Amino acid sequence: MPVRVQQEDFDAGAEISRLRARDPKVGAVAAFIGVARDVNDGDAVATLSLEHYPGMTEKALEDICAQARARWQVTEILIVHRVGELRPTDQIVLVAVTSSHRGEAFAACEFVMDYLKTEAPFWKKETTPGGTRWVEARESDDQARARWKEAGSR
Amino acid sequence: MKLTVLYFARLREALQREREVVEVPAGVTTVTHLRSWLVARGEPWASAFAEVKRVRAAVDQAMAQDATPLHDGAEVAFFPPVTGG
Repeated sequence: MPVRVQQEDFDAGAEISRLRARDPKVGAVAAFIGVARDVNDGDAVATLSLEHYPGMTEKALEDICAQARARWQVTEILIVHRVGELRPTDQIVLVAVTSSHRGEAFAACEFVMDYLKTEAPFWKKETTPGGTRWVEARESDDQARARWKEAGSR
Repeated sequence: MKLTVLYFARLREALQREREVVEVPAGVTTVTHLRSWLVARGEPWASAFAEVKRVRAAVDQAMAQDATPLHDGAEVAFFPPVTGG
Protein backbone atom coordinates (compact mmCIF):
# COMPACT_ATOMS: atom_id res chain seq x y z
CA MET A 1 0.00 0.00 0.00
CA PRO A 2 1.60 3.31 -1.07
CA VAL A 3 -0.63 5.40 1.23
CA ARG A 4 -1.48 4.64 4.86
CA VAL A 5 -3.26 6.61 7.58
CA GLN A 6 -2.80 5.05 11.02
CA GLN A 7 -2.66 5.70 14.75
CA GLU A 8 0.39 3.49 15.31
CA ASP A 9 3.97 4.71 15.05
CA PHE A 10 6.07 3.59 12.06
CA ASP A 11 9.59 2.23 11.64
CA ALA A 12 11.06 4.38 8.86
CA GLY A 13 14.01 2.03 8.32
CA ALA A 14 11.79 -1.00 7.88
CA GLU A 15 9.40 0.93 5.62
CA ILE A 16 12.24 2.07 3.35
CA SER A 17 13.81 -1.39 3.24
CA ARG A 18 10.47 -2.82 2.12
CA LEU A 19 9.94 -0.07 -0.42
CA ARG A 20 13.26 -0.45 -2.24
CA ALA A 21 13.49 -4.24 -1.98
CA ARG A 22 10.97 -4.45 -4.80
CA ASP A 23 13.22 -3.12 -7.59
CA PRO A 24 16.97 -3.59 -8.18
CA LYS A 25 16.97 -0.59 -10.55
CA VAL A 26 16.49 1.77 -7.61
CA GLY A 27 19.58 3.92 -7.12
CA ALA A 28 18.20 6.57 -4.79
CA VAL A 29 15.88 6.87 -1.82
CA ALA A 30 14.74 10.27 -0.52
CA ALA A 31 12.73 10.33 2.69
CA PHE A 32 11.16 13.01 4.86
CA ILE A 33 9.91 12.52 8.43
CA GLY A 34 7.74 15.16 10.06
CA VAL A 35 8.00 15.23 13.86
CA ALA A 36 5.90 16.82 16.60
CA ARG A 37 7.66 19.85 18.17
CA ASP A 38 7.36 21.01 21.77
CA VAL A 39 6.79 24.64 20.79
CA ASN A 40 4.53 26.42 18.27
CA ASP A 41 3.99 30.17 17.77
CA GLY A 42 5.96 30.82 20.96
CA ASP A 43 3.95 28.54 23.24
CA ALA A 44 4.92 25.21 24.80
CA VAL A 45 3.00 22.31 23.29
CA ALA A 46 2.23 19.32 25.53
CA THR A 47 0.14 17.20 23.16
CA LEU A 48 -1.01 17.23 19.57
CA SER A 49 -4.29 15.74 18.34
CA LEU A 50 -4.65 14.94 14.65
CA GLU A 51 -8.08 14.68 13.02
CA HIS A 52 -8.72 13.68 9.40
CA TYR A 53 -11.48 13.00 6.86
CA PRO A 54 -11.54 9.21 6.43
CA GLY A 55 -12.02 8.30 2.79
CA MET A 56 -11.06 11.69 1.36
CA THR A 57 -7.65 11.61 3.06
CA GLU A 58 -6.60 8.44 1.27
CA LYS A 59 -7.93 9.74 -2.07
CA ALA A 60 -6.11 13.06 -1.65
CA LEU A 61 -2.81 11.35 -0.82
CA GLU A 62 -3.16 8.93 -3.74
CA ASP A 63 -3.90 11.86 -6.05
CA ILE A 64 -0.75 13.65 -4.83
CA CYS A 65 1.30 10.49 -5.54
CA ALA A 66 -0.21 10.31 -9.03
CA GLN A 67 0.70 13.95 -9.70
CA ALA A 68 4.29 13.32 -8.56
CA ARG A 69 4.51 10.25 -10.81
CA ALA A 70 3.30 12.32 -13.76
CA ARG A 71 6.12 14.84 -13.19
CA TRP A 72 9.10 12.67 -12.26
CA GLN A 73 10.47 9.24 -13.10
CA VAL A 74 10.05 7.62 -9.72
CA THR A 75 9.88 3.94 -8.86
CA GLU A 76 7.83 3.94 -5.64
CA ILE A 77 6.22 6.53 -3.40
CA LEU A 78 5.16 5.77 0.17
CA ILE A 79 3.16 8.04 2.47
CA VAL A 80 2.44 7.05 6.08
CA HIS A 81 0.55 9.67 8.12
CA ARG A 82 -0.45 9.26 11.74
CA VAL A 83 -3.68 10.47 13.37
CA GLY A 84 -4.88 10.57 16.98
CA GLU A 85 -3.00 11.72 20.06
CA LEU A 86 0.71 12.56 19.69
CA ARG A 87 3.40 14.05 21.91
CA PRO A 88 6.53 16.12 21.19
CA THR A 89 9.26 14.00 19.52
CA ASP A 90 6.63 11.60 18.08
CA GLN A 91 6.81 10.96 14.36
CA ILE A 92 3.84 12.37 12.40
CA VAL A 93 4.46 11.62 8.74
CA LEU A 94 6.82 9.66 6.50
CA VAL A 95 7.22 10.31 2.78
CA ALA A 96 9.70 8.06 0.97
CA VAL A 97 10.44 8.09 -2.75
CA THR A 98 12.63 5.67 -4.68
CA SER A 99 14.09 6.39 -8.10
CA SER A 100 17.02 5.54 -10.35
CA HIS A 101 18.72 8.85 -9.55
CA ARG A 102 18.67 11.27 -6.63
CA GLY A 103 17.37 14.36 -8.45
CA GLU A 104 13.97 12.83 -9.17
CA ALA A 105 13.70 11.33 -5.68
CA PHE A 106 14.54 14.61 -3.90
CA ALA A 107 12.16 16.68 -6.01
CA ALA A 108 9.24 14.25 -5.83
CA CYS A 109 9.62 13.89 -2.05
CA GLU A 110 9.52 17.65 -1.50
CA PHE A 111 6.60 18.05 -3.93
CA VAL A 112 4.58 15.39 -2.10
CA MET A 113 5.16 17.08 1.27
CA ASP A 114 4.30 20.57 -0.05
CA TYR A 115 1.05 19.27 -1.56
CA LEU A 116 0.22 17.18 1.50
CA LYS A 117 0.52 20.27 3.73
CA THR A 118 -2.07 22.18 1.69
CA GLU A 119 -4.33 19.53 0.08
CA ALA A 120 -4.67 16.55 2.42
CA PRO A 121 -7.54 16.86 4.93
CA PHE A 122 -5.74 16.66 8.27
CA TRP A 123 -6.17 19.12 11.13
CA LYS A 124 -3.97 19.56 14.21
CA LYS A 125 -5.17 20.66 17.62
CA GLU A 126 -2.54 21.37 20.26
CA THR A 127 -2.59 21.58 24.04
CA THR A 128 -0.63 24.55 25.45
CA PRO A 129 -0.47 26.06 28.97
CA GLY A 130 -3.31 28.37 27.84
CA GLY A 131 -5.59 25.48 26.83
CA THR A 132 -6.32 23.68 23.57
CA ARG A 133 -6.30 25.44 20.21
CA TRP A 134 -6.54 24.52 16.53
CA VAL A 135 -3.29 25.03 14.63
CA GLU A 136 -3.60 27.81 12.04
CA ALA A 137 -2.63 27.13 8.43
CA ARG A 138 0.56 28.92 7.39
CA GLU A 139 0.87 31.20 4.40
CA SER A 140 4.40 29.84 3.88
CA ASP A 141 2.84 26.42 3.15
CA ASP A 142 0.70 27.94 0.39
CA GLN A 143 3.80 29.64 -1.03
CA ALA A 144 5.75 26.37 -0.91
CA ARG A 145 3.02 24.68 -2.92
CA ALA A 146 2.70 27.58 -5.38
CA ARG A 147 6.32 27.41 -6.50
CA TRP A 148 5.66 23.97 -8.08
CA LYS A 149 3.00 25.58 -10.27
CA GLU A 150 5.49 28.10 -11.59
CA ALA A 151 8.00 25.33 -12.20
CA GLY A 152 5.68 22.95 -14.03
CA SER A 153 2.30 21.96 -15.35
CA ARG A 154 0.01 21.85 -12.27
CA MET B 1 -32.18 17.40 -3.47
CA LYS B 2 -30.84 15.48 -0.48
CA LEU B 3 -27.25 16.08 0.67
CA THR B 4 -25.04 14.69 3.42
CA VAL B 5 -23.06 17.55 4.96
CA LEU B 6 -19.93 16.85 7.04
CA TYR B 7 -18.01 19.25 9.28
CA PHE B 8 -14.44 18.95 10.52
CA ALA B 9 -12.08 20.46 13.10
CA ARG B 10 -13.00 23.94 14.41
CA LEU B 11 -16.20 23.99 12.34
CA ARG B 12 -17.34 20.63 13.76
CA GLU B 13 -16.75 21.92 17.29
CA ALA B 14 -18.53 25.22 16.67
CA LEU B 15 -21.55 23.39 15.25
CA GLN B 16 -21.43 20.59 17.82
CA ARG B 17 -22.12 18.08 15.07
CA GLU B 18 -20.04 16.15 12.57
CA ARG B 19 -22.73 15.42 10.00
CA GLU B 20 -26.29 16.15 8.99
CA VAL B 21 -28.57 15.17 6.13
CA VAL B 22 -30.34 18.14 4.56
CA GLU B 23 -33.05 18.51 1.94
CA VAL B 24 -32.26 21.70 0.01
CA PRO B 25 -34.58 23.72 -2.25
CA ALA B 26 -34.21 23.77 -6.04
CA GLY B 27 -32.11 26.93 -6.18
CA VAL B 28 -29.25 25.39 -4.18
CA THR B 29 -27.02 23.95 -6.90
CA THR B 30 -23.44 24.85 -5.94
CA VAL B 31 -21.12 24.80 -2.91
CA THR B 32 -21.54 28.54 -2.35
CA HIS B 33 -25.34 28.24 -2.58
CA LEU B 34 -25.32 25.48 0.04
CA ARG B 35 -23.13 27.52 2.36
CA SER B 36 -25.43 30.54 2.06
CA TRP B 37 -28.47 28.33 2.64
CA LEU B 38 -26.93 26.80 5.77
CA VAL B 39 -25.99 30.25 7.15
CA ALA B 40 -29.49 31.57 6.42
CA ARG B 41 -30.91 28.88 8.73
CA GLY B 42 -29.50 30.97 11.59
CA GLU B 43 -27.62 29.66 14.62
CA PRO B 44 -25.36 27.86 15.07
CA TRP B 45 -24.44 27.89 11.35
CA ALA B 46 -24.31 31.69 10.98
CA SER B 47 -21.79 32.12 13.84
CA ALA B 48 -19.75 29.03 12.97
CA PHE B 49 -19.22 30.00 9.32
CA ALA B 50 -18.48 33.59 10.38
CA GLU B 51 -15.85 32.68 12.99
CA VAL B 52 -13.87 30.15 10.93
CA LYS B 53 -11.66 31.94 8.43
CA ARG B 54 -11.27 30.69 4.85
CA VAL B 55 -13.69 27.75 5.09
CA ARG B 56 -12.89 25.19 2.41
CA ALA B 57 -15.18 22.56 0.93
CA ALA B 58 -15.08 19.14 -0.65
CA VAL B 59 -17.73 17.46 -2.80
CA ASP B 60 -17.74 13.66 -2.92
CA GLN B 61 -14.36 13.65 -1.14
CA ALA B 62 -12.54 15.89 -3.63
CA MET B 63 -11.50 19.51 -2.97
CA ALA B 64 -14.18 21.85 -4.35
CA GLN B 65 -14.50 25.50 -5.33
CA ASP B 66 -17.39 27.91 -4.71
CA ALA B 67 -18.93 27.09 -8.09
CA THR B 68 -18.56 23.30 -7.84
CA PRO B 69 -21.99 21.83 -8.70
CA LEU B 70 -23.95 19.60 -6.33
CA HIS B 71 -26.06 16.58 -7.14
CA ASP B 72 -28.69 14.54 -5.32
CA GLY B 73 -26.99 12.30 -2.77
CA ALA B 74 -23.70 14.24 -2.79
CA GLU B 75 -21.41 14.22 0.25
CA VAL B 76 -20.37 17.82 0.93
CA ALA B 77 -17.79 18.67 3.60
CA PHE B 78 -16.88 22.05 5.09
CA PHE B 79 -13.64 22.58 7.04
CA PRO B 80 -10.88 25.08 7.88
CA PRO B 81 -7.61 25.17 5.90
CA VAL B 82 -5.76 21.89 6.41
CA THR B 83 -2.79 21.60 8.79
CA GLY B 84 -1.37 18.09 8.43
CA GLY B 85 2.18 16.94 7.85
